[in-house]
Amino acid sequence: MKTIFEKGRAAVSKRYFPDGGFEEKAFAEKNLLRSKPLALPELSELDVVRHYTRLSAMNFSVDKNFYPLGSCTMKYNPKILEKVALLEGFSNVHPVISILPNGAEVSRGCLEVLAGLKDALLEITGMDDATLQPLAGAHGELTGMMIVSAYHKSKGDRRKFVIVPDSSHGTNPASSVMAGYEVLTVATDEKGEMDFEEFKAKMSREVAVVMMTVPNTLGIFNRRIKEVCDLARSFGALMYYDGANLNAVMGKVRPGDIGFDIVHINIHKTFASPHGGGGPGAGPVCVKEHLAKFLPSPVVSKTASGKTFLEYPEKSIGRVAPFFGNFSVLLKGFAYILLMGGDGLEKVSETAVLNANYILSRLRKFYRLPYERRCMHECVLSAVKQKEKGVSALDIAKFLIDRGFHPPTIYFPLIVDEAMMIEPTETENKQTLDEFIDALIDAARLAESNPNIFHSFPTKTPVRRLDEVCAARNLKIVFEERNAG
Amino acid sequence: MFYPPAKNEIKQMLETMGISSTEELFSDIKQEIRSKPLRLEKGKSELEVYEFFAALASWNIAGAKNFAGGGFYDHYIPAAVDELASRSEFYTPYTPYQAECSQGTLQAIFEYQTAICRLTEMDASNASVYDGGTALAEAALMAVRITGRKKLVVSLGVNPIYIEILKTYLSNINCEVIEVPTIKFSDSAENLLKSIDGQTACVILQNPNFFGSVSDFSEVCEKAHSAGALAVGSFYPVSLGILKTPGDTGFDIATGEGQSLGNPLNFGGPYFGFMTTKRKYIRNLPGRIVGMTKDVSGRRGFVLTLQAREQHIRRSRATSNICTNENLCALRAVFYLALIGGRGLENLARNIYSRTRFFRDVLSSSGIKIENENPVFNEFVVDTVGKSSVVVYKKLLEKKFVGGIPLGGFYPQLESKLLVSVTEKTRKEDMEEYAKNLSEILKR
Repeated sequence: MKTIFEKGRAAVSKRYFPDGGFEEKAFAEKNLLRSKPLALPELSELDVVRHYTRLSAMNFSVDKNFYPLGSCTMKYNPKILEKVALLEGFSNVHPVISILPNGAEVSRGCLEVLAGLKDALLEITGMDDATLQPLAGAHGELTGMMIVSAYHKSKGDRRKFVIVPDSSHGTNPASSVMAGYEVLTVATDEKGEMDFEEFKAKMSREVAVVMMTVPNTLGIFNRRIKEVCDLARSFGALMYYDGANLNAVMGKVRPGDIGFDIVHINIHKTFASPHGGGGPGAGPVCVKEHLAKFLPSPVVSKTASGKTFLEYPEKSIGRVAPFFGNFSVLLKGFAYILLMGGDGLEKVSETAVLNANYILSRLRKFYRLPYERRCMHECVLSAVKQKEKGVSALDIAKFLIDRGFHPPTIYFPLIVDEAMMIEPTETENKQTLDEFIDALIDAARLAESNPNIFHSFPTKTPVRRLDEVCAARNLKIVFEERNAG
Repeated sequence: MFYPPAKNEIKQMLETMGISSTEELFSDIKQEIRSKPLRLEKGKSELEVYEFFAALASWNIAGAKNFAGGGFYDHYIPAAVDELASRSEFYTPYTPYQAECSQGTLQAIFEYQTAICRLTEMDASNASVYDGGTALAEAALMAVRITGRKKLVVSLGVNPIYIEILKTYLSNINCEVIEVPTIKFSDSAENLLKSIDGQTACVILQNPNFFGSVSDFSEVCEKAHSAGALAVGSFYPVSLGILKTPGDTGFDIATGEGQSLGNPLNFGGPYFGFMTTKRKYIRNLPGRIVGMTKDVSGRRGFVLTLQAREQHIRRSRATSNICTNENLCALRAVFYLALIGGRGLENLARNIYSRTRFFRDVLSSSGIKIENENPVFNEFVVDTVGKSSVVVYKKLLEKKFVGGIPLGGFYPQLESKLLVSVTEKTRKEDMEEYAKNLSEILKR
């Protein structure tokens, strides 16, 4: 489709704000001014609305398609959350008033939302205090790793390493490096858990923290998780819980009870907030009491009598975001928790796990199951059998698109060849799951009978398979008339 | 709200798996670490939840005339921006990993990248980062990577909140931060030039600066380049409708808070940071980037490109840990820019400037002193003549004005200075009434 920059110019004048009756003034200092006119589209409102409405129709989305993108938790979010976030009394509040005089009074409603969410998160994770500042899961990881660093430094202890299992998300090692650490990777054993013997061998007083995703990216809950925590503690290391998969275990087990010191939560995954085509999210970080003094400033807290106020922890690592994080995402998360209630959250986890296991048990006859055991909220299958016939996980993904399903995450985790990571979530019914499973069974059968046909998929989309190599080699990342192609 | 399978469906599903209860699926979690039932209230109905939040929303200050900015501004958002952003085809998908069924998001991001590059006159933009503060911090890290140097020269004209974020980001990688003070709330080219040397990784600037002063940083950028350093800046995008662009000035990395482009204030977020650079540094940019390509039949299409920089491929050697960004907020920005148009943004910037001039004149004629030495665009510092600006702010609050930002909270020596700003929503009468009230408070 043509870009918005290729549409004809309209001689339309749109008035979105009044001139206000002010005398027109211009900068006297010409060296401070823009020298060339700003070349943005000059279109009627209809042209713009139609362009983006047409573009929107080219997307798969949760509201239209089953979207079992593993690790991303693409659940349906109730529409009331959008309505609540649009309340003018929230959306139109300037954040700076909260840190100015009388801030706690003039922004009390917002601070109550944050304090209420914080209390709920502490109960769900079994932790003692939290910051809501981090703006995404990976930002939460970075914040957590900075807290780890501040903790060890405060004890005069300069540790060098972070232990990360090889099944982790790529953000874990990347966040560790940004916080000044080197990464030690531990392999996954034949059961799909972090190899305990290798872990033991790598553990030392040089290790600052062990970062674990629980359940891990294979959808497997580590049965020796408590032993991992105990061993790390005996070396003076901290335990970090990557909460990307917390939606599997709400009400079943709490990171704080196992022995973790830090947990980050992806509000948009575990609870709710539509993923926006790639954000915004929110990544609060919860800590045990001994780490509370390092939290980013300010922290929203409540007095014993229930009054909200802002706290400035004495050894704070500083700010990681301007104010209190992505407020309206946090607001949606809190509204979701209130809708669900404690019992509802436990049911959410149970249903997510039930759905994933149902998919696993029906598909294991057709695809290789790399680790012979049940899963939690997501399952990882491998298309190695199909690959022998020339049909890759990517080909199967494109086949699914033609059947109207968003594909699972593919080629992740990296430790499984031809990985297909399927996360159905709790919001899908059995009928949808069956249709999806049947499509994948069809794909497996077609791979036997007519593998060559896969290279033509998808056929029903606005564009067919795209040349990614050419995109990277012949880089066009802004529109220019001369390379419009 | 989830879809609880009916009892008979659960039974069928369990039978398929060959187990008798859902509980068996949790058997890997040993009893010794099992949780007690969560001490949270029972789930509420949708109406109760709405009423609960509507009540909380009503406790926040509303209807006050707002003169506080500080990098976050109360702009008017055309209704069509909200309408387009509320299409679930845009707000319920995720990162467009599967290009063929995500062309809507991908093309919109490509258009966003183009619009931001045209606004800033830079060569390349990513698909957005978290906010203006983290964008500046990521830009500093990028400069450190490119130059291999660790000394950063930072103007104190940069938003103090951003400087705090920057320092937090740098705290574990042993960088030296040299702070360069402003003179009369304006950046001093002389001080900046003196601070740049052969060890400097980058000079970090903001235009208009935190106090509202506008500068031409061409000379500083040139000096940085001749020292082998990069020029990094943070910009207020609306001002670029009329002000000299970072590309024209000579910046190597230009960032900024995108909130003003079609995103509500939302008590601090979500916003987005824009991040642009010159062609030669594209491969050092963090975050998602969309590129234009062709499909097998030669049709134009869009994909995520240069993914080899990113954490999900490179892990510990990635350019950044960033994964999810602020896509929907960036889409709001491209909707906004497409609707308002180039001429529209220029008119908006002119109008804001004219309003600012009027406001300055009204305040001056009420005997109030304006502190900035350089020209200002939408924001400036007023002197509360020996009175604590906190006290002044409180008195204005009683009169239903959010009267600006008392600067003492950021800089103790600026206890009697107040930072005020206007947007296209600030009315003439409100400015006149504000000036009247402020001068009365100051006389008392």
